[in-house]
Amino acid sequence: MNRQLIKKIGGYLKGYRGFLALSLVMAFISALLSLCIPFLTGRAVDCILGPGRVDMKGAVRVMILIALCALFTSLSQYIMSVLNNKIACGVVRDMRDAAFTKIGKLPLSYLDNHPYGDILSRVISDADQFSDGLIMGFSQFFTGVVTILGTLLFMLLIDLKMGLIVMFLTPLSFFVARSIAVRTYRYALAQSSVRGKETAFINEMVGGAMVIKAFNREERVIKDFDDINEELRDASLKATFFSSLTNPSTRFVNNTVYAVVAIAGGLGVLKGLMTVGELTSFLGYAREYTKPFNEITGVVTELQNALACAERLLSFIEEKEEEADSEDASVLSGCRGEIGIDNVSFSYTEDRKLIRDFSLRVKPGQHIAIAGPTGCGKTTLINLLMRFYDVNKGSISVDGRDIRKITKRSLRDSFGMVLQDTWLKSGTIRDNLTMGNPSVSEEEMVEAARDCHAHSFIMKLPDGYDTFISEDGGSLSAGQKQLLCITRAMLSKPSMLILDEATSSIDTRTEIKIQEAFHRIMEGKTGFIVAHRLSTIREADLILVMKDGNIIEQGSHEDLLARKGFYHELYQSQFAGNAT
Amino acid sequence: MRSLYKYLLPYKKECLLSPLFKLIEAAFELAVPLVVASLIDGGISRGNSTHIIKMGLLLILFGGAGLVFALTAQYYAAKAATGFSAVLRSALFKTIQEMEPADLDRVGADTLITRITSDISQIQNGVNMFLRLLLRSPFIVAGAVIMAFTVDTGSALVFALLIPCLAAAVYLIMKFSRRGYRRIQEKLDRITGKTRENLTGVRVIRAFCMEEREKDEFLEMDRDYALEQERVGRISALMNPLTLVFVDLFTAALIYTGAVRVDAGLLTQGEFVALLNYMAQILIELLKLANLIILISRAAACGERVGELLNEGEEKKKGVLIPFPEEKAGEPFIAFDNVSLSYEGSGGKAIENVSFRVDKGAVIGITGGTGSGKSSLVNLISGFYPVTEGEIRINGRDIKEIDPGDLRDKVSTVFQKNILFSGSLADNLRWGNPDASDTELWEALRVSQAEEFVRKKEGGLSFRVEQGGKNLSGGQKQRLCIARALVSKPEVLILDDSASALDFATDLKLRTALREMENPPTLFIVSQRAASIMHSDLIIVLDDGRVSGMGSHSELLKSNDVYKEIYYSQFPEEEHKGEQAAY
Repeated sequence: MNRQLIKKIGGYLKGYRGFLALSLVMAFISALLSLCIPFLTGRAVDCILGPGRVDMKGAVRVMILIALCALFTSLSQYIMSVLNNKIACGVVRDMRDAAFTKIGKLPLSYLDNHPYGDILSRVISDADQFSDGLIMGFSQFFTGVVTILGTLLFMLLIDLKMGLIVMFLTPLSFFVARSIAVRTYRYALAQSSVRGKETAFINEMVGGAMVIKAFNREERVIKDFDDINEELRDASLKATFFSSLTNPSTRFVNNTVYAVVAIAGGLGVLKGLMTVGELTSFLGYAREYTKPFNEITGVVTELQNALACAERLLSFIEEKEEEADSEDASVLSGCRGEIGIDNVSFSYTEDRKLIRDFSLRVKPGQHIAIAGPTGCGKTTLINLLMRFYDVNKGSISVDGRDIRKITKRSLRDSFGMVLQDTWLKSGTIRDNLTMGNPSVSEEEMVEAARDCHAHSFIMKLPDGYDTFISEDGGSLSAGQKQLLCITRAMLSKPSMLILDEATSSIDTRTEIKIQEAFHRIMEGKTGFIVAHRLSTIREADLILVMKDGNIIEQGSHEDLLARKGFYHELYQSQFAGNAT
Repeated sequence: MRSLYKYLLPYKKECLLSPLFKLIEAAFELAVPLVVASLIDGGISRGNSTHIIKMGLLLILFGGAGLVFALTAQYYAAKAATGFSAVLRSALFKTIQEMEPADLDRVGADTLITRITSDISQIQNGVNMFLRLLLRSPFIVAGAVIMAFTVDTGSALVFALLIPCLAAAVYLIMKFSRRGYRRIQEKLDRITGKTRENLTGVRVIRAFCMEEREKDEFLEMDRDYALEQERVGRISALMNPLTLVFVDLFTAALIYTGAVRVDAGLLTQGEFVALLNYMAQILIELLKLANLIILISRAAACGERVGELLNEGEEKKKGVLIPFPEEKAGEPFIAFDNVSLSYEGSGGKAIENVSFRVDKGAVIGITGGTGSGKSSLVNLISGFYPVTEGEIRINGRDIKEIDPGDLRDKVSTVFQKNILFSGSLADNLRWGNPDASDTELWEALRVSQAEEFVRKKEGGLSFRVEQGGKNLSGGQKQRLCIARALVSKPEVLILDDSASALDFATDLKLRTALREMENPPTLFIVSQRAASIMHSDLIIVLDDGRVSGMGSHSELLKSNDVYKEIYYSQFPEEEHKGEQAAY
């Protein structure tokens, strides 16, 4: 029913073929040996007939045989379990790895539009559920199949006719199991996606904990959570209940078949078609034979949950990736930093044009500042330069080459970037600073940190450069985080630099000092600076004033002031308070 | 672990009925051989075809009844398990919501998320299986042992020995695997963390081309996690074979004692066969039980982790708290007395010996260098972190005595990092006051300078904000966050560098509008921009956690070097004038 899905899972199993085969062999041995034990106990009974009629030697021999059988059954079972466990952990680890790798390859438009918590739920919860299912499936499925085959063989050997009859009656329970399995799968999928929704909610709320506190929103948030939680409870109940239906249902089917056979057989005996002995053994086999069938159909439905989880995980892994570098893409090296933007139009959503027919030429070594009211498209320009998003129309070129013809890696490598959003990874300060260039020497790192005025506060931390900071910088202040991000960008020694509100949380005195360092580093390098603080951009070669996705003014600081336009208005506004 | 039982109480009925019905089902199952015997003896042997049919129908009836009881039992088990986990999730989420920022920092978001999702899933699974098999297996095992004793006390001693041996093995395996499962979950925390981090930091990671390195780190963690799973799996995998080998060795022992006792005439062959059958029955049930025990030890490890968090919440329940105090003659509105703060796990003090007084309705500007403790200072006013030394009083009462909920009702903070939540714009604005009318919302938007762009947004107030406010620009988010704070009509409004993404013109308009409000709140403005704070009634200049200067703009410009430097760095033209004036 999920042939496609099973095939994909099979693909992941390929690397474990050897283990799988060995596990099957072990399952076979253990099932066979465990069938021997009842036979041996029967032999023991034959040795022990009554007072004075006990074949002690024979009994001891049987005893030893049973002990040996038990030891080997256990051993093979243990090996099988360990192998199954190894396979399941390995397969799911491979899938999780693939899913994580995927995060690095998805287009930003996908990540910007999907709740992180849902992705998290697929990589963590769904993967785990699938692994549990696999372990259970393997161990019970294998032994089940082997037992069925074993009993079948046994039965056919003893009585061909009866064996065939029983064999043809069992598929009935398969029908029942199948229809239950289909519904179970649907419910399991629903459960899994609600779980994703809930994780997304939790993730968002844990991230915003401070804001929730600031507004006393706890109760309301808890109420919203409870609504989703209730939905999950409902979905979970359905999925769990349905998955447990198979066993009792198939047992009922088998019991009914059993009763019908008993009636028919009983009447048959009366008519002389069969002996009582034949009927009893017939009934006995019917029972023995249906047991593993019940077990297996039960396992198959319980597996539906695992399959549903695998489906969500795999569909994420198969999500369309960021467009790969085109075949004729080449590496950008020794970049001079000449940038051309020609008639670029871009929008995130089709209905709202953000940038229209935007053109700009930047000579190597020029420093371009972008000013303008909030929401005018400054950050979007950076998204386009870094190829986080691709233009809808027009083209952007670096050193005269269309950036779509340059490998993304080399393009991004040649830009250093400091963003408004100061993201630090959990790790030591050192890990964070050397992120763009792990080979940097200790002296270089400390020097850069000194230039950026980060050194003194780093030294005040408990372990200096080896202080571990949790994600998002822990108790570092926003300004300190920015200083770290700036040091990080400086150490990556890019040929072009993008500063998007890079110093907004840093006090102006420190900023002035950092700017000296910036100037030194940016000497002869092309730079883009986005800032509100006009003192930050005054020195730029060219200031672009943007409004609603268009450049409305451009020129140097003095030119623009003299023009008494929009820039002048912006500039004056910072002194406006002075007059009063 | 014990602390979780009370969350199961609402499902008491289900927890009792599910195993009970399962037992009844087993009884029906056990009755089948008796009916078949009657079918053969009373029907076939006597040639009574109606009896055969009657008994056959009885078999179907028993099967049907068994089905009904089994389904009911499964339903109750599923209901109790899923209900229990829902109650747990809800309680845990509530605990997380009630945790103070300092505790959240310490525990960490990743483990919170893993515990409320993965750990509780495991618990649910454990409870479900436990209820399904709870009575049945031990019941049958105990029954078989008792029956063995009634058959022959001498041989039954073998059974009596078997049980403690098995119990010891089970105990040891549970103990080791439980510890292992805990380690597994702890490693899962790290995987969760890495995944989250790579989602939130995707832009930086791509800009620095770190995808490969991040992948390698993840692969390493993942390998570690899978290895731990394998290791624990190897312990758990012992359960089944060990049970099998134990029971079969005891079967062998039984054959020997049986042989001796039958030989001596103490036991008949038939009784011996019966004993062997009991042993076989025990084996089947014990194997089922073995799988259950693994699930339980896993659920127990997860339960421990969830329980720890829940306990932490309960320990935090504080003493009697007072509401936000009324104004009191002779007492300043807000007073800081020698206040110091140091964060857990960080070296020095973030705030040291700060004292000042603030009157109602005043505007206070706070400035200082990067990392000088500005945000830490204002976070104390809304009680996000408790003071380490000294005292903060509001209308004469120690801030520690005030109910934090009520305190934050009256003291609104707008953070540096602006967080909006998925939902409509109006939903976001109504955070501080769910009953605010649309007019009140628009008024708040007007003051926060957000009216214009909200009017332009599709749907206006019903515009849909995406998770984290990703579909709004930085400046738009800041203004909406300020509006959100205004909607709650606070007595104290703290703007913690929350206008940094606004251009100067908008920033000025915002401050003017705030001052012109009816009943303007007492305003704390934390800013790097001299222009934003220079007109405050009181300016506090911080330097490395200590107060470097306090006073009005003109006072500080005369007396405080730090302030002078900050101001002139932004208004170099003024420096010249200032020098001239001094002459």
